[in-house]
Amino acid sequence: MESFLQQLINGISLGSIYALVALGYTMVYGVLRLINFAHGDIYMLGAYFGYYLSRLIQGRTPSHLLDAAVVMFLSMLGCALVGIVMERLAYRPVRRASRLTLLIIAIGVSLLIEYSSQVIFGADPKFFPQLIPETQIHMGGLILTNQQIIVLFTALALMVLLNLFIYRTRTGKAMRAVSFNLDAAKLMGINTDQIIALTFALGSALAAAGGILVSINIPGIDPLMGVMTGLKAFVAAVLGGIGNIFGAVLGGLILGLAEVMVSGYGSSTYRDAIAFLILIAILLFKPSGILGKGQVEKV
Amino acid sequence: MKRLLWITGALAALALLQWGCSAILLDGPIRQGPYYYQIMILAGINIVLAVSLNLTNGITGQFSIGHAGFFAVGAYVAASVSYYGGPGIRAATAFLPAVGQDTVVLLLALAAAGLAAALAGLLVGIPSLRLRGDYLAIVTLGFGEIIRVVILNVDAVGGARGFVGIPKLSNFFWVYLLVTACVVTVWNVVRSSYGRAFIAIRENEIAAQAMGIDVTRHKVMAFVIGAVFAGMAGCLFGHYTMYLHTNSFTFVKSFEIIIMVAIGGLGSIEGAVLGAIFLTVLPEAFRGFEGYRMIIYSLALILIMIFRPQGMLGQASLFGKKSKGKRK
Amino acid sequence: MTALLELKDAMIRFGGLVAVKDLNFSVNEGELFGLIGPNGAGKTTVFNLITGVYAPTSGTILFDGKPVQGRKPHQICGAGIARTFQNIRLFPDMTVLENVMVSRHMRKTQGLAGAVLRSAAFLREEAEFRTDAMRLLELFQMEKFADEHASNLPYGSQRRLEIARALATKPRLLLLDEPAAGMNPQESADLMRLIRRLRDEFKVSILLVEHNMKVVMGVCERIQVLVHGEGIAVGEPAAIRKDPRVIEAYLGKE
Repeated sequence: MESFLQQLINGISLGSIYALVALGYTMVYGVLRLINFAHGDIYMLGAYFGYYLSRLIQGRTPSHLLDAAVVMFLSMLGCALVGIVMERLAYRPVRRASRLTLLIIAIGVSLLIEYSSQVIFGADPKFFPQLIPETQIHMGGLILTNQQIIVLFTALALMVLLNLFIYRTRTGKAMRAVSFNLDAAKLMGINTDQIIALTFALGSALAAAGGILVSINIPGIDPLMGVMTGLKAFVAAVLGGIGNIFGAVLGGLILGLAEVMVSGYGSSTYRDAIAFLILIAILLFKPSGILGKGQVEKV
Repeated sequence: MKRLLWITGALAALALLQWGCSAILLDGPIRQGPYYYQIMILAGINIVLAVSLNLTNGITGQFSIGHAGFFAVGAYVAASVSYYGGPGIRAATAFLPAVGQDTVVLLLALAAAGLAAALAGLLVGIPSLRLRGDYLAIVTLGFGEIIRVVILNVDAVGGARGFVGIPKLSNFFWVYLLVTACVVTVWNVVRSSYGRAFIAIRENEIAAQAMGIDVTRHKVMAFVIGAVFAGMAGCLFGHYTMYLHTNSFTFVKSFEIIIMVAIGGLGSIEGAVLGAIFLTVLPEAFRGFEGYRMIIYSLALILIMIFRPQGMLGQASLFGKKSKGKRK
Repeated sequence: MTALLELKDAMIRFGGLVAVKDLNFSVNEGELFGLIGPNGAGKTTVFNLITGVYAPTSGTILFDGKPVQGRKPHQICGAGIARTFQNIRLFPDMTVLENVMVSRHMRKTQGLAGAVLRSAAFLREEAEFRTDAMRLLELFQMEKFADEHASNLPYGSQRRLEIARALATKPRLLLLDEPAAGMNPQESADLMRLIRRLRDEFKVSILLVEHNMKVVMGVCERIQVLVHGEGIAVGEPAAIRKDPRVIEAYLGKE
């Protein structure tokens, strides 16, 4: 029972990271109907930005927590910029092209970021500095670390903030309008270019946060770390219903739990296959995802 | 009769080339010989992969990114046939000379590879081809990865250690025989009623079915034909390198094949051939700059898709008559 | 006269919306039949029900006496019902000739092996498809565009190509979805002549949805009026024109 609770907590913790990354997928898909394959690589960049920033900042502020907060904020800012540049240079010129073209370009952007990173940061894994010293907290038979708790709460806080932004602000409303119908939104006087850029910025910032939070728990980072996580986060987004914010969070949590349970009670070598099995099952039986709405082509 | 002459001629030409190549490159005077020979082999394998993927992605318009999965299935099944069944087959054909025995083993391995890949194609295709566009892409990617993870867990084919001890049965002759078979098959299929049905599905699925085309059946058909050739390419790959590891079959390999097709021009057979050669030879020019090679690849891919989305050749045909129409 | 197509209490519901409700009508062999109604009345939905794009929630659709509801679009096309689309759906990157040849694919006798090996029988069949398609294009006076990409055709010709392509499936019933949309008076007059000619030469029955009243009244022998998914009147053009229910539906109550 205790080990089950332990697994549950691990699963939610992993799931919340997937959820953060899935949010970016879902938001971009919402406005552009594009699977931004490069999104997982932004997550990786977030971790690397955090790595270099930590070396600059660590110990310069009054507390460990503040260190971590500043590192995270700056890294999110950096990735938001990368997201904007990526949209401007690679996706905007072909926004009206076929979705196949977009998909191939997204693959290209993803490979470009991965291999550039291998050259710039080096292909070998790096060790993410311990921003917050680990302390263990015993709760009954459960062992939690303060890091786990911080990760979980930060992820939740970010999701709540995003939700407030999307449903409580004018800009958020504009974003929903764009994702509902790009052309109509444009006719209503919404600056769709700006909104799309903002969507990329927000999604990328969340991915960066995900990258750093993961690195706090599991400190090894490498230029290809975003590949698998990115794919799995995408699966999470599809599982929840792509284009749906709550769906992304739900999908992330389900996937995180499923993975942890499979490696905890089954075979860990099949861990990576779980995500894809879930994906295939959901696409075959309910392609619109748990919370998504089905779309039918009008004849 | 005429056709028979053609086939005999082609076989003789390939045999001659094989003999010439190995005489000059492998045993001959050129110091870099084996290296060039290997590049030619890999180019041939990539041509088969690109042309067969093009049938699914470019011509039928069903975007699959799991081609490396079929490549893997073919490679591992064929390697198992010759590794485990090889001695038995040789014993049964002991009356033949060694070359004959090799040929029988390889042909059986090829057949097994094609059959297994076809089955895998059916298995993947029937459920997933109900999906469209992005979803299909991601599901095929998922299937490709699942195939890889499963192979990784099968100890009989080496698992994570890799499959060692595969006999070296494939060479220039076999690879280019497959290249010829693949190009001719795809070429002829495209220029037939079936090809028109495939293209119609790409162009407008709803109209295609309203004109009496069984869309699902034809999608699966294109998918399976593509898978069969990818599987046979896998067979020849394994029997050339004599070693297989699942790392050669990740989705990065699938991406690579897509890049070949996209650079050459989706839907163009000649484009796929050129794209495959280009992407096999180009990296060799960048040897020593391994890191930069993939950067250049991906940058080239992005630029081509932005500025010339129809690829190097587009739908234009090097041979045969060119269409008067221009793409919109 | 015998009914070629017969709808019996056909109904379809999308979620809470009943798009077509208890619709009954039949099209006779060799008849020119019109389906009219205000925007959003469900005319195209009726086409989609007949051609298998949607399966009716309840009711039956009989074609040649046999039920066809719920069958796949390609099966229904094979049974002998062909259609055009309101928003043109050609195969833009194929040539005009190839567009028409696609429709013959389902009647092919040669398999994939024949295609790969270029067997004599296969080549003969291909040549036959080509001649047939060419003959059809000649009838539509489009033979000079045969090698042009369909997307390069002017709008009116694209509409006619859709009809040619549908006819190439050798249907017994042809469904035309707003064939006169976007045509000028001269073009629609040509279209009316063409529709009558098709019926006579190809022995097809024609069911058409059309907004252009001149075309509908001028060409159709019987008309079914559809309002909010329900059939409110059926009859000859002259009677329909005077029917108070129809006038009310179109113009509103006095």
